Amino acid sequence: MSNPVKGRPPRVGDAPAFRRTLIGIVLALVAIVIIAPLAVIGYQAFSQGLQVYAAAIAHPDTLHAIGLTVVTALIAVPINTAFGVAAAWAITKFDFWGRRFLLVVIEIPFSISPIVAGVAYLFVYGLQGLFGPALDSADIKILFALPGIVLASMFVTAPFVARELIPLMQAQGRDLEEAATSLGASGWRTFFSVTLPNIRWALLYGVVLCNARVMGEFGAVSVVSGNIRGQTNTLPLHIELLYHDYQTAGAFAAASILALLAVVTLIAKVLLERQGAGRARRRPGLAAPAVAPKTASAEVSS
Amino acid sequence: MARRILPGFPLALGITLVYVSIIVVLPLGALVFKAASLGFEDYWRIVSSPRAVASYRVTALSALAATAFNLVFGMALAWVLVRYRFPGRRFIDALVDLPFALPTAVAGIALTTLFAENGWFGSVPAHAGIKVAYTPLGIMVAMAFTSLPFIVRTVQPVLEDLDPALEEAAQTLGGSDRSIFLRVILPLLTPALLAGLSLSFARSLGEFGAIIFIAGNQPMSTEITALLAFIRLEEYDYQAAAAIASVLLITAFLMLAITNILQARALRYMARG
Amino acid sequence: MKIRLDNVVKTFETFRAVRDVSLEIESGELVALLGPSGSGKTTILRMVAGLEYADAGHIYFGTEDATDIPVRDRGVGFVFQHYALFPHMTVTENIAFGMKVSKVRRDKAAIDARVTELLRLVQLDGLGERFPGQISGGQRQRVALARALAVDPKVLLLDEPFGALDANVRRDLRRWLREIHQELGITTLFVTHDQEEALDLADRVVILDKGQIVQQGTPEDVCRNPASAFVMNFLGDTNRFTAAVSGGVARLGNATIPAPGFSDGPVEIFLRPSDLGWNVSGEGIPATVARVIDRPAGRRILAVTASGEAVELDVAPETQVSAQDKGIIIIERARVYAAA
Repeated sequence: MSNPVKGRPPRVGDAPAFRRTLIGIVLALVAIVIIAPLAVIGYQAFSQGLQVYAAAIAHPDTLHAIGLTVVTALIAVPINTAFGVAAAWAITKFDFWGRRFLLVVIEIPFSISPIVAGVAYLFVYGLQGLFGPALDSADIKILFALPGIVLASMFVTAPFVARELIPLMQAQGRDLEEAATSLGASGWRTFFSVTLPNIRWALLYGVVLCNARVMGEFGAVSVVSGNIRGQTNTLPLHIELLYHDYQTAGAFAAASILALLAVVTLIAKVLLERQGAGRARRRPGLAAPAVAPKTASAEVSS
Repeated sequence: MARRILPGFPLALGITLVYVSIIVVLPLGALVFKAASLGFEDYWRIVSSPRAVASYRVTALSALAATAFNLVFGMALAWVLVRYRFPGRRFIDALVDLPFALPTAVAGIALTTLFAENGWFGSVPAHAGIKVAYTPLGIMVAMAFTSLPFIVRTVQPVLEDLDPALEEAAQTLGGSDRSIFLRVILPLLTPALLAGLSLSFARSLGEFGAIIFIAGNQPMSTEITALLAFIRLEEYDYQAAAAIASVLLITAFLMLAITNILQARALRYMARG
Repeated sequence: MKIRLDNVVKTFETFRAVRDVSLEIESGELVALLGPSGSGKTTILRMVAGLEYADAGHIYFGTEDATDIPVRDRGVGFVFQHYALFPHMTVTENIAFGMKVSKVRRDKAAIDARVTELLRLVQLDGLGERFPGQISGGQRQRVALARALAVDPKVLLLDEPFGALDANVRRDLRRWLREIHQELGITTLFVTHDQEEALDLADRVVILDKGQIVQQGTPEDVCRNPASAFVMNFLGDTNRFTAAVSGGVARLGNATIPAPGFSDGPVEIFLRPSDLGWNVSGEGIPATVARVIDRPAGRRILAVTASGEAVELDVAPETQVSAQDKGIIIIERARVYAAA
C-alpha cells in the first residue's frame, strides 16, 4: 500500500503520510457529499416500513407521474437521438460555412438555466407568447400539457447525444466513409455498416445520459407543465408536490425510483466507458480509432 | 455551392437546423424579444429592483463559495483517483458523476433532509448555533453538490495524461514535491482547471431544482435569481419574468464565451504538449 | 483504362493546391506522383478518385468525361494512406464489402471465391478471419489493396502506399506491388514523397511543386536530365554553387564548366556527391577535408573549399583520405541552371 508501484521511485505526493491523509480526507468528503444523499433517500423512503413505501408507489398520482415521465422520455429521447446523429454527421463529415457557430449553438442549452428555458417556452407557446393566441383559437394545447413538457425536455437535453458523437467522429475522420463510398456503398449503407458500428457505444452513452436528464428534469418542466396533479405532473414535479404537502415518506418513495434510475445510469455509464465511450469528449487529442495510426493530420492535403 | 463527396449532407444539415431553430433558437429569441419590448427604463427598473439585486448577490456569492469548495475538493478528488491506488477507487470514480445523474429535485430533498437542523449533518453545526438548511449556506451546499463533477472531470484526464518524464526531469533538477507541484504540475493543469471552474460556476448560477428545497426562499436573503423569475411568472408578471430571465440568459452567454475561450486555450496547450 | 487530366484546378479556402495541371496516363501504366508535402499530389489523386471535385478542368477515363461522376459510381480502387480498413469487420468482410454493396448482384459463393482468390493474390491465405487490429502494418496494407481490387476497378489509386511502414517491409512490398501490377496490368497511379520509392516502382514519374507539374518522364529521364534546380534538389543530395558565366563557360575554382546557351552573368551549378572526385592535384576546387563518413558502399568526404563553402562528395571505399587533408575536388559532371 505504501509504495504504489514497486521498484519505481516515488512520484510527487507519494509520501505515505501525505497519501493516507489525502485519501482519508477525500473519502470522508465523498461519504458526506455523495454517498450520504443517496443513503438518506433510501432511509427516508423506507422509514415507515415497506407497506407505506409500496402504498406510496402504488398511489394513482404517483403511477400517473411515472407513466408521464416514461412517455416523455419515449418521445423526447428518440427525436433527440436522431437530431444528435444528424448534427454529428453534418458537422464532422462536411465542411460548411458556420460550422463552428452551429457547434456553439448546439451547446447553448447546456449552459442555460432550465428556468430560463421554461420561461422562454412560455413566450413562444403561452397566451402572452408568439403563437399562444393562434394556438388557443385553434384549440391546440402545447403548454401545461404533454407537448410542452416534451419540448422543454428536448431543449435541456439538445446537446447530449451530439456532444458525445461529434468529438469521436471528428477523431475518426472521413477515411472509412470515403473508403466505403469509393467501393460503391450508398449513403445509408455507409452509415449503417461502417459508421454506426464504430460509434455505437458513444451513441448509447449519449442516449443513456439524455434519458437520465429527460426523466429527471425539474426546472424547465415545472414552468411549462402547470403542475396539475395527476395530469401534467412528471415524477420530479410529483416529488416536489408530495414534499411540500409534508408527505415525506411518499416524496422519498417517489425519489427512490429516480435515485435508482441514477444508479442504473451510472452503472451503464461505467460499462459503456469500458467500451471506450465518453473518451473522445474528455480527451479530444487521444480519441483516434484503435486501428488507424494517429499521424493523419500532417499530410492530409499534400 | 461546393459539391459534397459523402452523401447525406442536405438531410443531416436540414434536420439539425430545423431542430436547433425550433427547440433552441426560437424560444430564446422569443424571450429576448419579450425582454427587449419592455423599453430600457422599465427593464432597468425591474432588473435593478432591490429584491432582484439581493437575488443576484446571494446567487453569485453562493456560487462563488460553492465553486471555491469544488476547486479544492475537486482537485483533491481528481488527484486521489488518478495518482493513488486503493480499494474502492473505481467505485468512487463512478460515483463522482452521481450529481449529474441524480435528478435535481431528488438531490434537493435529500440535501435538505441531511442538512436540516434535525438532520444527520445539520444537527452538528446546529449545536454551535449555525444553521445550514434555509440559509445561504444551504444554497451553497446544493450548488456545490450539483456542480461537483465539472472540476473532477476536466482535471482528471489531463492529470492522467501528464507525462511522468516532466516530474522526473524536475526531480533530477532537485525540485521538492511542493515546488514540483506548484511550478510544474499546477501550471499544466491550469487551463483545464479554469475551464472546469467556469463550467462549475455557470452551472451554480443557473441551478434551480436542488436549491429551492434547501434555500428557504426568503426574499432579500435566500431567494436565488432563477426562483425570482419563476415567482414573477406565478404572479402573472410576465414582463418581470422575461427581464429577470434575460439577466440569467446574458450571464449564461458570458460564461459560455469565457468557457469557450478557456477551453480553446486548454486545447492549444494540449496540442503543444 | 487511359486517364487524362485537362487543366485541372483545385483551391482550398485561399490555398491553391492544384494549379492548372494536365496529365495523361496510358492504359496499364504505373505512374508515380512525386513531390514534397503541399505540392498538390494527394489532391490530384483524390480528384481522380472523385474524393474531391475539381474547381475547373476535366478528368477523362478513356473517352468518358469522369469529372462529375461521383466516387461511388466512378469505379476506382483507392488505397488510403492509413488504409481505412473497417475496424469492426474481419479481413474477409473488408475485402467482400465492395462486392456486397455493389449494384451488380453476386451470390455468396461467387463472393467467397473472389475473396479467396484475392487473399491468395495478396498472400494472406488463412488470415481472413482476423480483424484489422490483429495483423501487422504490412498485412493491413495488402488487405487494403485486396479490398480495392475486389470490385475490378478501372484504375488503382494509392495514397502514400508505403508511408506508414518500416523500411524493410516497405522495400519488400514495393517489389511485390510491381509484380501484382505486371500480373494484372491495371492502370495505377500512386502518390509518394519518397523519390527512391517513385524511381524504384514507377514506369513514369510526375514531379510536382506548388501545385504544378515541374517535370515528367521515365525514371531515367528525370534522373539524367532534371529540368530544374528544384527537381535536381528534390531527387537527391546536391552541392549548390553560384558562379558567373562568361563566353559560355562557368568557372568554379580553377575548373571550367561548359555552360552552353547561358548568357554572361550569374548561374547556379549543382553537383551531386557522386559527380565529384578527390585528388591531391589537378583541375578543380581546392578544399580541406573536415570529416570522412564511412558507409557500406563507399566513403563520403565533408570538405570545405578555400572560399569557405561546405561540399559533400562520395569516393570509392579504398580512397585514402582523412580529416585535415588538403586536396582538389575534381568535377566529373555538373548541371547548370539560371540563377534563381
